[in-house]
Amino acid sequence: MNILGLINELIGLPELASEHGGMVDHMLEMVHWLVAVLLIGWSVFFVYCLIRFRQKRNPKASHAGVKGHASTHVEVAVVAIEAILLLGFAFPLWAVRSADFPTGPDVIKVRAVGEQFKWTMHYPGLDGTFGMTKPELISGNNPLGRDPEDPNGKDDFVYTELVLAKDRECIVTVSSKDVIHNLALHPMRMAQDAIPGSIADMWFKPIKTGRWETVCGQLCGAGHSGMVGYMEVKTQGEFDAWYKENAPSPNPEKSSGDSSEEGKAKS
Amino acid sequence: MGSGTSTAESANAHDHDDHHHDLPFLKKYIFSTDHKIIGYQYGFTALIFLFIGFYLMMVMRWSITTPDKPLPGLLAAFLNDSWLSDEGRVTGDLYNMFGAMHGTIMVFLGIVPLAFGAFGNFVTPLQIGAPDMAFPRLNMASYWFYFLGGVTMLTSFFIPSGAAEAGWTMYSPIATTAQLDEPNLWYTGQTFWLFGMVMLISSSLLGAVNFISTIINLRCRGMTWMRLPFFVWAMMVTGFLLLLAFPPLEVAALMQLMDRLAGASFFIPTGLNFTGAGSVDAGLLDVAGGGSPLLYQHLFWFLAHPEVYVLILPAIAIVGEIIPVNIRKPMWGYKSMVYAVMVLGFLAFIVWAHHMYLTGMGNVVSTFFQATTVIISIPSVVLLSCLFISLWGGSIRFTVPMLWALAFLPMFGFGGLTGLPLAFNFIDLHLHDTYYVIGHFHYIVAPGTIFGLFAGIYHWFPKATGRMMNSKLGHMHFWPSLIAMNGIFLPMMIQGMSGFHRRWYDGGINFEQIAGQVLFEQDSIFAKIFSLVPGIESGKTIEMIDLNHVMTFSVWILLIGQLPFIFNFIFSIFKGKKVETDNPWEATTIEWLAPNKPGHGNFLSEPIAYRGPYEYSVPGHEKDFSPQFERGPDGVILGEEDPIEESEGAQ
Repeated sequence: MNILGLINELIGLPELASEHGGMVDHMLEMVHWLVAVLLIGWSVFFVYCLIRFRQKRNPKASHAGVKGHASTHVEVAVVAIEAILLLGFAFPLWAVRSADFPTGPDVIKVRAVGEQFKWTMHYPGLDGTFGMTKPELISGNNPLGRDPEDPNGKDDFVYTELVLAKDRECIVTVSSKDVIHNLALHPMRMAQDAIPGSIADMWFKPIKTGRWETVCGQLCGAGHSGMVGYMEVKTQGEFDAWYKENAPSPNPEKSSGDSSEEGKAKS
Repeated sequence: MGSGTSTAESANAHDHDDHHHDLPFLKKYIFSTDHKIIGYQYGFTALIFLFIGFYLMMVMRWSITTPDKPLPGLLAAFLNDSWLSDEGRVTGDLYNMFGAMHGTIMVFLGIVPLAFGAFGNFVTPLQIGAPDMAFPRLNMASYWFYFLGGVTMLTSFFIPSGAAEAGWTMYSPIATTAQLDEPNLWYTGQTFWLFGMVMLISSSLLGAVNFISTIINLRCRGMTWMRLPFFVWAMMVTGFLLLLAFPPLEVAALMQLMDRLAGASFFIPTGLNFTGAGSVDAGLLDVAGGGSPLLYQHLFWFLAHPEVYVLILPAIAIVGEIIPVNIRKPMWGYKSMVYAVMVLGFLAFIVWAHHMYLTGMGNVVSTFFQATTVIISIPSVVLLSCLFISLWGGSIRFTVPMLWALAFLPMFGFGGLTGLPLAFNFIDLHLHDTYYVIGHFHYIVAPGTIFGLFAGIYHWFPKATGRMMNSKLGHMHFWPSLIAMNGIFLPMMIQGMSGFHRRWYDGGINFEQIAGQVLFEQDSIFAKIFSLVPGIESGKTIEMIDLNHVMTFSVWILLIGQLPFIFNFIFSIFKGKKVETDNPWEATTIEWLAPNKPGHGNFLSEPIAYRGPYEYSVPGHEKDFSPQFERGPDGVILGEEDPIEESEGAQ
């Protein structure tokens, strides 16, 4: 048994399916070791004191008590370990998550839009550019309020599940139509609040194919606990086939559309 | 003076007590300005609210564990039938209402009033040798604002909309748009909640100002800063936390109120489009828009994180008083503890955004809040270490208050340490809002703070009533509570790691993959042990979701464990064993100089502090305790002419 996975294994974590997720687990394991060492150390000291210094055994208390500096050393050690965790792991790892977004044509882009009580995924289609959406256009047939006039949106499509490809980085842009939700993808060790009025990106790289539940991680109303979504990671081939099948072919008129199309990839 | 001279003193005390029998009943017990009576008022009211909060939780736990079964009559008896589904089950709406109100009641109406309002009021003036609080009328106003806030919150259960239902955090837009289908928005639980909060916050602010002024101005002769009992230090820091942290939430509550009632959009962005699945009609929400939901979160957590320390510090302080008495030696590292609590108080103000790691936080902000959050663990570890190390070399008496105080240490330690993983943004990607978080903070507040508060009740009961609480019943209260608390909260840590989220009214049955993760294989010994828990079939594989049965079973044990306490508490007030002396625990702090059931003005003679607060087993002294208030061979009055000696004297 791997000692560096012992606590995780004992307590249990859900299946892992993303590249950075291993590091999340690893860091959790390390912090739990610090917790365990402190807890066991304290407990042993505690129980020893309760037995050794009970009134019967030790009728006369010592005014001075502990004289050494052991506790200071422990304190310094804790500070040092925490500093390592922060500087060595937490800061750089979060920097990669929050600022170092992947670029290039291979990156899968999806918008995940929450509502009471489901998710809708918006794919940009073959052109890789999202069409405009407007809240006032939202209707039963147009759950995201996609603007039919926007040429970039002609090949966009929506889907009820989050579909991704194995070994391909993806950027999921999370937002909400009504109240705050949270798209929690436990196998990916990834989550992002969906806050209405703003958009937030998260990125990760699935390394395993499979189909998993997604969780709404923020109280969103009476149906909150039923807001089960699904994500599926397909192989590259399957993903391409699925994508082609769902994306309408790009509008032939696109080239003749107006040219002020920059910055359309937002809600 | 001291334990030896008690008989005469008790007689005196009786006379002393008599003189304010002159006051009419209303003035003496209801609209009293006496800090002790106000303390009792806070205490009784808060205990009632704790039990109400407990009841809400029992309904929630029933729903989590057995969502398919109707609520049993015992729990449903208090409920409006229309709140339950046709089959008598708990609905998502009811669960959300009870969840929001469980948090609100426990935090704002139960624990803080009991810890700060009751213990703070009763103990602080006595410990600093003051006749009363600095502003007695303000003190009374503080209680009555609290009472009105509580009544408002309770009333909201009985209006047609029911109480607030958007989590105790009341995030916008869910809180602003909840119950929008009611004909009169003034007359909804959400609105009542906001009004209730404004009153509770006003109450806390009045209390905080009063505590700070009292501690600074009303210390008796010789009570220099470094001779203050740790409890008083903690109360002062708590006072500053309340004073500085609550105004932003008061503002936030008023702004949300404007959003709900006056068409403002402080927290409502443009373009919200509802599906009609909630209480809002489908379509675009008709508001001005342009507001920021994130602003509310910042304002809320700017209060709510310091509030966590408001919940903890009084309990640490109570435990810090009880341990030296029962180990017959000074608290180890008194000065470190004082400095640690001040550092903690300061840092408490700059960690709030760690509750918002998943809002899409940038690198710089995240770096700041991760750093401060990890740094705040250091004074916490100092406090706890000092209390642990104090035990070394002591002569430990396992009295009932000491049992609670001792149990507090590992329980609070576990709760605090499990906060460490959550301090890191990166780990939070997995653990955010899971049961791991719920387990973590409940360990701090339930077997942590509440155990500290029970310790305090058993400890100061003789001072308040002149009678002891029964110690056998105390044991019958303690042991089931200790076991049950762990039975409730330890499984939460495990469920949380496996991805169970909070606020699922049906306990996760919709999430088959998460719920179905195997905990123990069918034929393992642990599976056999688990099958002893009612509700888990024997011979089946134990899945993560089965832990719900363990927790709910533990809750019933916890309930039964509180019965001896309720009986003991009420019985002992009237029929408990009378204490023979004013200082039954042979303690050193000044509250034990005052006669039992102190009358108005507290002390029969001027209290003077001659030494530090925890002088037990001083070499060369006759007795194993040298009270602050006894001159003895070596007592010195400090702080009047020669403040430089202060630091030596304090040790």
